[in-house]
Amino acid sequence: MSRAEGGRGTPGDGLRATRVSREAGGRIVLDGVSIAPPPGATVGLLGPNGSGKTTLLRVMAGVLAPGAGVVTLDGRTLAETGRRAVARRVAVVDQHAVTQVDLSVLDVVRLGRIPHRRAWSPSGPEDEDAVREALAHTGLAGRAGQSWHTLSGGERQRVQIARALAQRPRELLLDEPTNHLDIQHQLELLSLVAALPVTAVVALHDLNLAAMFCDRVTVMKEGRVVAGGTPSEVITEELIADVYRVRAVVAPEGPEGRPSVRFLPGRALRGGPGHDEGAGP
Amino acid sequence: MPRAAAGARLLRDGLLWGAGAALLLLSVAVAVTIGPARISVPDVWSAVASHLGLGHGRLTPIRDGIIWDLRMPRTLLAAVCGAGLAVCGTVMQSLLRNPLADPFVLGVSSGASTGAVVVVVLGVGGGAVSVSGGAFAGALCSFALVLVLSHTLGGSTDRVVLSGVAAMQLFSALTSFVVMTAADAEQTRGVLFWLLGSLSGAGWSDVWMCSAVLAVTLLICLGHARTLDAFAFGQDAAAALGVHVARTRIVLLCTTALLTAALVSSAGAIGFVGLVLPHAARALTGAGHRRLLPVTALAGAVFLVWADTLARTVLDPQEVPVGVVTSLVGVPAFILVLHRTRRNA
Repeated sequence: MSRAEGGRGTPGDGLRATRVSREAGGRIVLDGVSIAPPPGATVGLLGPNGSGKTTLLRVMAGVLAPGAGVVTLDGRTLAETGRRAVARRVAVVDQHAVTQVDLSVLDVVRLGRIPHRRAWSPSGPEDEDAVREALAHTGLAGRAGQSWHTLSGGERQRVQIARALAQRPRELLLDEPTNHLDIQHQLELLSLVAALPVTAVVALHDLNLAAMFCDRVTVMKEGRVVAGGTPSEVITEELIADVYRVRAVVAPEGPEGRPSVRFLPGRALRGGPGHDEGAGP
Repeated sequence: MPRAAAGARLLRDGLLWGAGAALLLLSVAVAVTIGPARISVPDVWSAVASHLGLGHGRLTPIRDGIIWDLRMPRTLLAAVCGAGLAVCGTVMQSLLRNPLADPFVLGVSSGASTGAVVVVVLGVGGGAVSVSGGAFAGALCSFALVLVLSHTLGGSTDRVVLSGVAAMQLFSALTSFVVMTAADAEQTRGVLFWLLGSLSGAGWSDVWMCSAVLAVTLLICLGHARTLDAFAFGQDAAAALGVHVARTRIVLLCTTALLTAALVSSAGAIGFVGLVLPHAARALTGAGHRRLLPVTALAGAVFLVWADTLARTVLDPQEVPVGVVTSLVGVPAFILVLHRTRRNA
């Protein structure tokens, strides 16, 4: 636990991917991607479908092994660190958690303690504390007994974040956590994530949400990182035309002068020839 | 507050297990008294006590033999098989995230049947291989086939279940083929009885063998209880919680396949116990495997003790294969499960 205070941007601190590549089905999904989220920051991962966001998150979580390159946690590779030790540091929230098992909210949050417990050990006071804090932090304290299957999509994602917090992570990886939510719950969820005292990497589709809640954004296209920096630096009309191939007007009209994006009909004039799909040159 | 809650939970678990164990003990004692020869519960205690060296038997050798050599091993084997099949079903359902997975559906039972039939009817092994040995080999073959098939198909859980269905069909066809071409009428009858599952040939050696394998399996599965919990949201979620997914699946699937092979080689392919009982037990305990596995085992044991008692008495003096009874109970329950999963999907 004392190591937790040691991370002030020294080299090798925290979770970082260095020149990571990965193929799937003969296609290159990640092509030399490097990302080093500053400790404590909320980093948005942007890019169209198929740009490699999900694969990058899975590689960073240690669920997928990189084909080339390394993912390190405080300077040690994930393989050296060991899977359980990684899970005590890095928590993952997927875009859509599905189960057929009849679980209560408390059951789900308790899953977060699995990496902290040995096979035959009973749950200790530290486990109970972590679970209680996670429930309180996500505003679920009064609903511990409720069944997972009676929750709305937004509530389910909140429970998954509570489960992730029960892992007591320092890094949190979220894969399009707002995908199935309505606007109100999207805003609620992202303000919750942005306020958490962890390093968060969030794959997002919505550029306005990313601009609003992220300290930094990284943009991916075809398996490569094409831009990185603060939202104001990165989210520009040129970048949107290049990466998403749509026209947009970007104005500093968001909160605190952050960029706000308004899309326009029709295809972008810039961003290369050809179509998205089908007959390219 | 959480301390008190933990204490209350422990008490509730203790009560549940105690009640389950008492119910099982009582079920065995009562089931042994049921049958053509009139025997009372005190007779059963007396016979058991004398064989355990606690006092002399006051029973005639014939009555003692009926209790100790016929009904007792049969009832105990029913309990062990019920417990084992239910545990196998629970583990397979959790690992494969499929509420319809069980040893029967995954083709392990069919493979065991084929192995046994090959030994009985074709005389493979020339007497050196027992029926049990054949069943064991058959179960392992079909399980290997399922693993290889599902692996080449991408290894996702629905592929595992579909591979199981394919293996089940293949081995059922092989069994039928062997029976049709080579067996005489008497052999066919014996084989049929065995295919449907029957505890009529139970002896003490079966009881010991199956109990030992069950005990080891139960220990291994309880050691993985929390790992099994982690699979609730899928393999990626389990991996993100620090679980070695591939290793866990291999270890637990092989262990349960071995247990299934042991059970099927003693009692034939008794269906639906592994499918239905885990769901009933989950309704009692919730989804946590630490509490679920012992309760499932107890529920399966009690269930099969009574199913077998029904099977050997309902058409007295004729005997119905116990697999027929479990299927008649199991199919409606199966449909109920399907309905529930549709609602939850």
